[in-house]
Amino acid sequence: MDMNGEKVINAPQALVWQALNDPDMLRASIPGCQELERTGENGFEATVKAKVGPVSAKFAGVVELLDINAPESYRISGEGKGGVAGFASGHADVKLIPDGDTTTLVYTVNAKVGGKLAQIGSRLIDSAAKKMANQFFTKFSENLEGYTPETSSKAAD
Amino acid sequence: MNDMLVGKPLKRKEDQRLLTGKGRYVDDIRRPGETYAVFVRSPIAHGIIKSIDKEAALAAPGVLGVFTGKDIQRDEWGSIPCGWVVTDRQGEPHKAVPHYALTPDRARYVGDHLAVVVAETYEQARDGAELVEIEFEELEPVVTLAMAMEGEQIHDLAPQNLCYDWELGSRAEIDAIFETAHHVTSLDLVNNRLVPNAMEPRAAIAEYDSGLDSYTLWSTSQNPHMLRWMLSGSVTGIPETKIRVIAPDVGGGFGMKIYCYPEETTCLWLSKVIDRPVRWTGDRSESFLADTHARDHLTTVDLAMDKDGTFLGMKIDTTANMGAYLSNYATSIPTYFYATLFAGCYKTPVIYSNVRAVFTNTSPVDAYRGAGRPEAAYLIERVVDVAAREMGMDPIDIRRRNFIKPEDFPYQTPVILTYDIGDYDASLDEALRMIDYDGFPARREEAKARGKLRGIGLACYIEACGVAPSQLIGKMGAGAGLWESGQIRFNATGTAFVLTGTHGHGQGHETTFGQIVADMFGIPIEDVELIHGDTSQVPMGMGTYGSRSLAVGGSAIVRAGEKVIEKGRKIAAHMLEASVIDIEFEQGLFSVTGTNKSVTIKEVAERAYVPLDYPEGLEPGLDETAFYDPGNFTYPAGTHICEVEIDPRTGVLEIVDWVAVDDFGTVINPMIVEGQIHGGLAQGIGQAIMENGVYDPESGQLITGSFMDYCMPRADDLPSFRVGYTCTPCTHNPLGAKGAGEAGCIAAPPTLINAIVNALDIRHIDMPATGEKLWRIARDKIAAQ
Repeated sequence: MDMNGEKVINAPQALVWQALNDPDMLRASIPGCQELERTGENGFEATVKAKVGPVSAKFAGVVELLDINAPESYRISGEGKGGVAGFASGHADVKLIPDGDTTTLVYTVNAKVGGKLAQIGSRLIDSAAKKMANQFFTKFSENLEGYTPETSSKAAD
Repeated sequence: MNDMLVGKPLKRKEDQRLLTGKGRYVDDIRRPGETYAVFVRSPIAHGIIKSIDKEAALAAPGVLGVFTGKDIQRDEWGSIPCGWVVTDRQGEPHKAVPHYALTPDRARYVGDHLAVVVAETYEQARDGAELVEIEFEELEPVVTLAMAMEGEQIHDLAPQNLCYDWELGSRAEIDAIFETAHHVTSLDLVNNRLVPNAMEPRAAIAEYDSGLDSYTLWSTSQNPHMLRWMLSGSVTGIPETKIRVIAPDVGGGFGMKIYCYPEETTCLWLSKVIDRPVRWTGDRSESFLADTHARDHLTTVDLAMDKDGTFLGMKIDTTANMGAYLSNYATSIPTYFYATLFAGCYKTPVIYSNVRAVFTNTSPVDAYRGAGRPEAAYLIERVVDVAAREMGMDPIDIRRRNFIKPEDFPYQTPVILTYDIGDYDASLDEALRMIDYDGFPARREEAKARGKLRGIGLACYIEACGVAPSQLIGKMGAGAGLWESGQIRFNATGTAFVLTGTHGHGQGHETTFGQIVADMFGIPIEDVELIHGDTSQVPMGMGTYGSRSLAVGGSAIVRAGEKVIEKGRKIAAHMLEASVIDIEFEQGLFSVTGTNKSVTIKEVAERAYVPLDYPEGLEPGLDETAFYDPGNFTYPAGTHICEVEIDPRTGVLEIVDWVAVDDFGTVINPMIVEGQIHGGLAQGIGQAIMENGVYDPESGQLITGSFMDYCMPRADDLPSFRVGYTCTPCTHNPLGAKGAGEAGCIAAPPTLINAIVNALDIRHIDMPATGEKLWRIARDKIAAQ
């Protein structure tokens, strides 16, 4: 499954970058995210509840940040297992383009799914992924209001 | 004395039970103390198993055990066999790759069996299966036929993923023919992958009796004796005397339930390990992934003709998909059940075929309704139609010109088989009459006025049923003879049990065999009870597939009946104080020739069990068994013609008329036969325009894994079929019957595709010819005008 798009976010590049590296922000913004903990400098463990068509499952997975070029771009790579519901794995290349007080976030996603998710949900994956991406950016933008890096580091402690 | 029942459309005896919810299927059977098995299936298409972590599952509530392929291997249970050895062009046997019930080392397709969890309840087993953690070293999956021979090697035994490279005929001879030909028609064809989708999913219950050290296995099997044989002789080494297989009511098989599968094999093993009954019932998602699939060929066919359209030679090149492992008969389907039919109804003098069977990371492929013959009929009847188009000939004329004529029988084809009898012009004539072929141009014009594209298409198919003469298939590589057994056991009150080694799972055997036996002995059909599907009751059998039950199983019953009559004559001679040679038997009466002295079969049966005044040498009882090995295959043939209308604006296809004229030889119950035709047509039409099993070419995931994405035909997709018959009785079995179970599925795809290309005025369209494809073609044609 391939998906790409861009989103204008009402915050400067440095702040968006900070937020994209903040487990609390990610947890609060990823649809269905129940847990997200930092496990290393650039690694996270996450539990996400997702529903694709008739298949609904809790995915436990690991996420890693690669090719970090702060504050401009990174690749977020991960895989999650949902038991008999199957698995999902993939990566997204994220690029932040500053434009004054706003930032344009450009993303390219490449993902694959397996098991029941693929068997039953294949034709629904694209729309489900687009919907999740939209939900993420909407929530992320909302959460950015009043967000400061300090609240982030407090949360990280 | 009753009226003769053979030939009458009797309502099916079994329907009282099956249509009122009183059928007893495997999943209806409950055993005390039973446990539930759920399989952990591979979510990936190809990968080496690095580790399987059972700990969390073992700790889950109700879980009694978690087992892997290594556990079964410790008990030295062997591979599930492929029973048909195909010898390749170099004289080497096919690559017999191992197929263990639970794969010990590597996942080879999505749905492959990695582990099994047994628990007190189904839900607990399912929850336990969720907790089994498996790590893989993923390998590149080999998904499509086109990539098979270049892709990652799936089995150590099979370089280039080649199972065999097989040929029939002489390449030099066919090349010489093609050099002299006036015209050659070439066609590339896809025979799409199908998922059988029986209404009842597969299921099994295995129970071990530690007192007797024996096993009972209830299975959704089409051939319980063969299943027992394979489990005993190939997989487990447990004596056949210690395995009882029961196949009760089974809700559709279509070939897919012939085979020995990993699930029932695993349940059998588990029943002793757990020492409690173990049950497994597949769900629909599992059926899609792990039932055998069907067809999946890529073919190029070349037909050489002289200037009059007389066929000179045909050359076929096919790549056939075996899937990830070899199912029991997989090797035979694209060879001996396919290439041996390439003569079709025609006198093509030279035929050469080359078939390469390859492994891919997909579900195993084996027989499914028609099994090789639909693939053969499709390529022949498509290439003949295209040839007519290219030669500027009428599709009827080119067929008639090349037909094998009634005076040519027995006809030795260039592809092993010898047809015993047939009359292809007769069924073509009848079909043309029924559809009013001459009126078609007017109907096309009328449709055009309504904005519809109307097309007509036909197929003159032949197939080989009555699997099979043991001597012949032995030469072809079969590992078992395909005789059938029949037993007729009269009771003291004159009723009779009929025991058959075939298995009915929708075909109406209880009725059809009942009609035969009732007629034979002049007793009411209500007095005849069929026993089948239990290896402890029926002495031996080879099961039901390849439209063999009537032609082979029915013939065995007739032979047993003849033995009963012979025995009865001796008893009657004693009762009537006459000599045995003076006793004749007709319609239930044993009588002394030239007198009015007679006794009924009922009286004879009673005396057989109350032999108080028997003379010396006369044996009590009236219970006879016969084994019947056919002398040849049977060759049903016929003509199907259909008319379609396509709306060029939407691509919507309507099948507006369908005429099926079949020569099945003697028809015992025309209502049951008509039902078989309807069902076969529905499945053949499904293949032609709807059904397609698709794996994602990159990941090897089955993306048509539910009825949302795998389109099955429904009643409103189908026309009201019109059925007609011609009859040339089979020359070599006592019933004159040929077999009717698969004809519809064989005739339908070429008939319908020929009608579609006729409507659209195109050369070819690949199956499934979906609405989208039709719409694109119609749109492009409109744009070009």
